[in-house]
Amino acid sequence: MSQTGLRIYPSKPSKVYFYATCLLDLLDPDGGIAAIELIEREGVEVIWVEKQSCCGQPAYTSGYQEQAKTVALSQMALFPEDHPIVVMSGSCAGMMFKHYPHLFANDDIYADQAEAFAERVFEFSEFLAHICRAKLHDQGPLTSVVLHTSCSGRRELGIHASSQALLSQLDKVELKKAEYESECCGFGGSFSLRHSEISQAMVEDKARHLQGSGASYLVSADWGCLANINGHLAYRGEASRFNGQHLASFLWQRTKGAKA
Amino acid sequence: MSVQHYYPSQFKQQASDALANQTLRSNFRGAMDYLQQKRKDAFSDPQELAQLREHAENIRQRCLSKLPQLLEQLEKNCQANGIQVHWAEDAKQAQQLIAELIQSQGATKVVKGKSMVTEEIELNQHLEGLGIECVESDMGEYIVQLAKETPSHIIMPAIHKNKQQVADLFKQHIKDFDYTLSVDKLIQTGREALRTKFKQAEVGISGVNFAVAETGTLCLVENEGNGRMTTTVPPVHIAVTGIEKVVEFLSDVPPLFSILTRSATGQHITTYFNMISGPRRAPERDGPSEVHLVLLDNGRSQAYADEALRKTLQCIRCGACMNHCPVYTRVGGHAYGTTYPGPIGKIISPHLQGLAQTSDLVTASSLCGACEEVCPVKIPIPSLLQRLRHDAKLPAAEQTPSLKGQASAASWTEHTAWRMWAWLSTHPSIYNWAMAVGVKLAKYLPMPMGEWTRCRNKPELASQTFHQTMKRRASKSVTRSATGGAR
Repeated sequence: MSQTGLRIYPSKPSKVYFYATCLLDLLDPDGGIAAIELIEREGVEVIWVEKQSCCGQPAYTSGYQEQAKTVALSQMALFPEDHPIVVMSGSCAGMMFKHYPHLFANDDIYADQAEAFAERVFEFSEFLAHICRAKLHDQGPLTSVVLHTSCSGRRELGIHASSQALLSQLDKVELKKAEYESECCGFGGSFSLRHSEISQAMVEDKARHLQGSGASYLVSADWGCLANINGHLAYRGEASRFNGQHLASFLWQRTKGAKA
Repeated sequence: MSVQHYYPSQFKQQASDALANQTLRSNFRGAMDYLQQKRKDAFSDPQELAQLREHAENIRQRCLSKLPQLLEQLEKNCQANGIQVHWAEDAKQAQQLIAELIQSQGATKVVKGKSMVTEEIELNQHLEGLGIECVESDMGEYIVQLAKETPSHIIMPAIHKNKQQVADLFKQHIKDFDYTLSVDKLIQTGREALRTKFKQAEVGISGVNFAVAETGTLCLVENEGNGRMTTTVPPVHIAVTGIEKVVEFLSDVPPLFSILTRSATGQHITTYFNMISGPRRAPERDGPSEVHLVLLDNGRSQAYADEALRKTLQCIRCGACMNHCPVYTRVGGHAYGTTYPGPIGKIISPHLQGLAQTSDLVTASSLCGACEEVCPVKIPIPSLLQRLRHDAKLPAAEQTPSLKGQASAASWTEHTAWRMWAWLSTHPSIYNWAMAVGVKLAKYLPMPMGEWTRCRNKPELASQTFHQTMKRRASKSVTRSATGGAR
């Protein structure tokens, strides 16, 4: 398996599979459409497989590996052609890229399949920045944005760099940095429920640091973190327009009038 | 002296108490920020760091791969050097063995250089019960001993205290202490108090950082000189170590030492590095006349038996995982209720104390991966946590060795829920229907929604799912197939 930062990217394909993830399915269909528009603008055909559900991560991190394997196998079977699979969240992409091979490492039948599948998995910003090498033309007014990177995206895939690379192409958007940028927001799936007080301490700090950046907008390429941070901002009555959105939505809004 | 006790099974309550303690939280945040920066400065070249970590990992894995042979070689070479070697299977055996060694000297005064493994076996409490005074000679450990506490960090035991709290403790316990908040003066006060103890001690007890099989040498890393005093001033020295600390060659030590200190405190080397190769020999004029080595298992061979879990034993006790852990930073070391706190504690403690006691620890991580990122020997802590979460819930498979307390956190309802979830996730048409119904009914969800709404509003679900959105999009577009499935 490739190592973060050393991954060799293929050239731009003609078609990709689109993996929405369960959180985007429930929370942010518009973000998914924005991502598809951005990919299609690069001249890449997007194939939507309706039968997809969840990558299996919730069961995996809760210690239920058999259930995670069952779901992982069902998902792998849905993407039979050799197209790249673009995933709309760092943690789900990390699950498929890093943990699928791990889950099936000792499996005589599926080990190779899981490895081969993982090689085709790319997180959305990674795909747009490194494979499409997208050139973005900013159409919006002057503003500023702060990026929250998910831990799994950052440490399993290195996608904080591709998100930054895309945002820094927007010439009327100032990319602001938050303190403790690489620190976890405290979501961690079931962690936020099992250890809610610790999770609360973490999300309170994260929200404060993000707002402290002074940026007008918050973006992330991961809906797990966004649900956590947005939920907390709303709880404090401070959501307003700073409310986090998916990176794809922000990029599409800024560039939709432009040509690829 | 009764020490304040914390228990891993009480993690949630202890964490809750720690979170409510603003002084503690600010002490930890400040200390961890400082240590993170120190480490960052010490490894300014990421490529060099990557190479060093790889090298260190290789050394540890090689040594562990031949652990039984290396332990035998270590025993043989230590004995050849005049070091008496003892084996202890568990904490109780180790306590008794060490107590007997002390009592056979007729000793009642002991000094101890910092040794987490003697914390692990609760040696102080045991010796005290036998009327033996055991004074901690590391400044941080001395402070927590005065406070009737245990260390809250493996490198910086008193990191949870600020100078005001230390000054108050000294005022309470040290005669003629001229109250001050000057750190230099506080250290001086502590040193003077300890100097008397060194002179009086009949036995010195220390830990071991690396035990070299090739030469029978015990290496001890420290900054204060207390390790040197402890191992040379009293007539008898007892070194205690976990069996995993053995390395094959003397040449394995420098790379591990260098990455240990840089990861821990950002130091390139420490002020003292002791290499103990036996008792005083004629015509040497100082050093102990007896040196003992106690090799402790206490659950380590359980970790050793499993190929994946064996990586736990790669640890060289630098504490970098704690310094970078967002959970540790907020709750501090005592909340864990284990000798080794933080991320590494979560994967070591189940072997020492069993999963029944520690199942809350293995879930107390967001799996953010900061610990693995900084670990100098590349222990895959998040993966091991996931493995232990699995083991806490389910019985061992036939081909894997069972852990103490395996399946102790098994829950029929939770297992059933995950089975239903897996079934739903593999039946697309029902899954999609359920999600679509879910977003329609979301507004009727009760508020509050359990633990989630402790500090968050309930999630704002979309009015239709992405699946539904795509169906509409497809029906509008002539270029897209509306049949669903793989296009």
